[in-house]
Amino acid sequence: MAKYIVKRLLLMIPTLLGVAVLIFFLMRVVPGDIVELRFAGESAFAQKENLDKERARLGLDRPLWEQFVTWMLGILRLDFGTSMWTGAPIIEEIKLRATLSFQLAVMATAIAVALAIPLGVVAALKQDTWVDYAVRIFSIAGLATPSFWLGIVFILGMLIIFKWLPPMVYTPFWVDPWQNMLQLVWPALAVGYRYSAVATRMTRSSMLEVLREDYIRTARAKGLWEKLILSRHALKNAMLPVLTVVALEFAFLMGGLVVTEQVFNLNGLGMLFVESVARRDYTLTQALVMLVAFVFIFVNFTVDLMYAWIDPRIRFR
Amino acid sequence: MALRSTVVEAPDIAGRLSWFTQVREFCQQRPLGAIGAVVVIVNILVGIGANIIAPYDPLATDYGAMLAPPSAAHWLGTDAFGRDVLSRIIYGSWTAMLVGFACAFFGATIGAVIGVTSAYFAGRVDLLIQRIMDIFLAFPLIILALAVVSILGTGVSNVIMAITIPMIPRAALVARSSALAIREMPYVDAARAAGFRHRRIILRHMLPNVMAPYLIMLTAYLGQAILAEASLTFLGLGVSEPTPAWGLMLRGAAVQFAEAAPWMAIFPGLAISLAVFAFNLFGDSLRDALDPRLRAQ
Repeated sequence: MAKYIVKRLLLMIPTLLGVAVLIFFLMRVVPGDIVELRFAGESAFAQKENLDKERARLGLDRPLWEQFVTWMLGILRLDFGTSMWTGAPIIEEIKLRATLSFQLAVMATAIAVALAIPLGVVAALKQDTWVDYAVRIFSIAGLATPSFWLGIVFILGMLIIFKWLPPMVYTPFWVDPWQNMLQLVWPALAVGYRYSAVATRMTRSSMLEVLREDYIRTARAKGLWEKLILSRHALKNAMLPVLTVVALEFAFLMGGLVVTEQVFNLNGLGMLFVESVARRDYTLTQALVMLVAFVFIFVNFTVDLMYAWIDPRIRFR
Repeated sequence: MALRSTVVEAPDIAGRLSWFTQVREFCQQRPLGAIGAVVVIVNILVGIGANIIAPYDPLATDYGAMLAPPSAAHWLGTDAFGRDVLSRIIYGSWTAMLVGFACAFFGATIGAVIGVTSAYFAGRVDLLIQRIMDIFLAFPLIILALAVVSILGTGVSNVIMAITIPMIPRAALVARSSALAIREMPYVDAARAAGFRHRRIILRHMLPNVMAPYLIMLTAYLGQAILAEASLTFLGLGVSEPTPAWGLMLRGAAVQFAEAAPWMAIFPGLAISLAVFAFNLFGDSLRDALDPRLRAQ
């Protein structure tokens, strides 16, 4: 097991390095840089010498490879530097936004799992009956509905029916839990619906497969309670692929909710992404990409470890 | 002579019959899938025949009828410039279908070729390709899209590129895992023993045998591409005016005037949902039909 973990950890390094190279050069290929953008409104100051002075201050005048190496050495010390635009430490810039994104992701996951597991199990047990069809239509509709549009419909519905709007300014949970929930529950529902659809479908197909296994027949043959067979034998074994999609979806939610955040006016990581690219804030964008990539790779790693832990066939391969 | 000609013709007739029977069986056994297929076909036809079907020019402004509610003249109302919402949805269908099919086709095909190649060569080549795919998998989609749009600008072809790139590694993963089993098949050994080139074995012998997962991916990606296009366009990173697109209709004024003119925000979203819903319905049934493990006992 230890060997397996070490091997997987070592495989993370080239991937992260590849992501770093990709984002570093991608940002530099994007036309326009932060200095040009910052001086765009002030033509009086936008002389070449001023621009060059500013570039020198930010270290943008140095050769690319040097900038890259400096950045990489910083990451190795877990020092992401300061935002080129605001000058504030990147950790501080990201911290508040990440709290919001994380809370939203946790709430959406809770909603998704609470919906998906019972629905998926029922659909599998009643395969090809109207219950199955209803669950499938509900989940396919969830996959088909854009979350951001569902968000617009939620807001619109509350506005027209209740003449009420959810709060549009973020309140941290520890300041006022009620206000915080009032604001975040709607985006969590909008995102959670699509998310639950992914998980419901996985639960259904995984349950269908497991219910055909020999050990289920054995359990039935020895006269076990159907309830016990379902909960102990079937559900437990069917949960592994479900766990995978839930985990991967969670990783995606951490940085991928750009549009939904826009609709609900939430300042999460997704919005920060758009802002930082628009400002050509190289350091901040690079740090964000590394963060999201790391979360994704780490979640993948954890899922694989869980697989290996549960299923010895994988461990000893 | 006569006998010989019947022998030659027989398989031909049988082939045609079985194709027709297959479609009929699919419709009978999977009514949901058949409904999905019908909606998809209608959607495509609407997209192609937009200029015949649409009651108005999608770009024609009518300042006398700004934000008009649904009526006999404008079935789904008008937007802030007095443009007919129904006509814009009909024209938007073309954009959605174009982006959907292009992304799904390129994404699934390039991915399948890469995945099969990776499985065929195995060893170091496989490891290298897998690591490169990992990098793209871990890379946030939105950044890729933002970068493509910042470098190349907005427009239908650039959106297609931005959506296709992240699809490739996902398709490659699926194709690779199916191809790993095919690699061990005797006919691949036979092809190798016959001295065929790698390219020929990959393209002619292995690729056709990952058809089932390929078709499943293709149909799944169709819906995803349409959703991604709508999201990117909504953010201002996708298709831009004056091209009619559903995501574009939800942008700006639709949200601003949502309370006074909810039809502006509701109908384009319904169009997106319906189109993706139909694709998924069809794709799902196709997967069930192609995957023997999921068939009912």
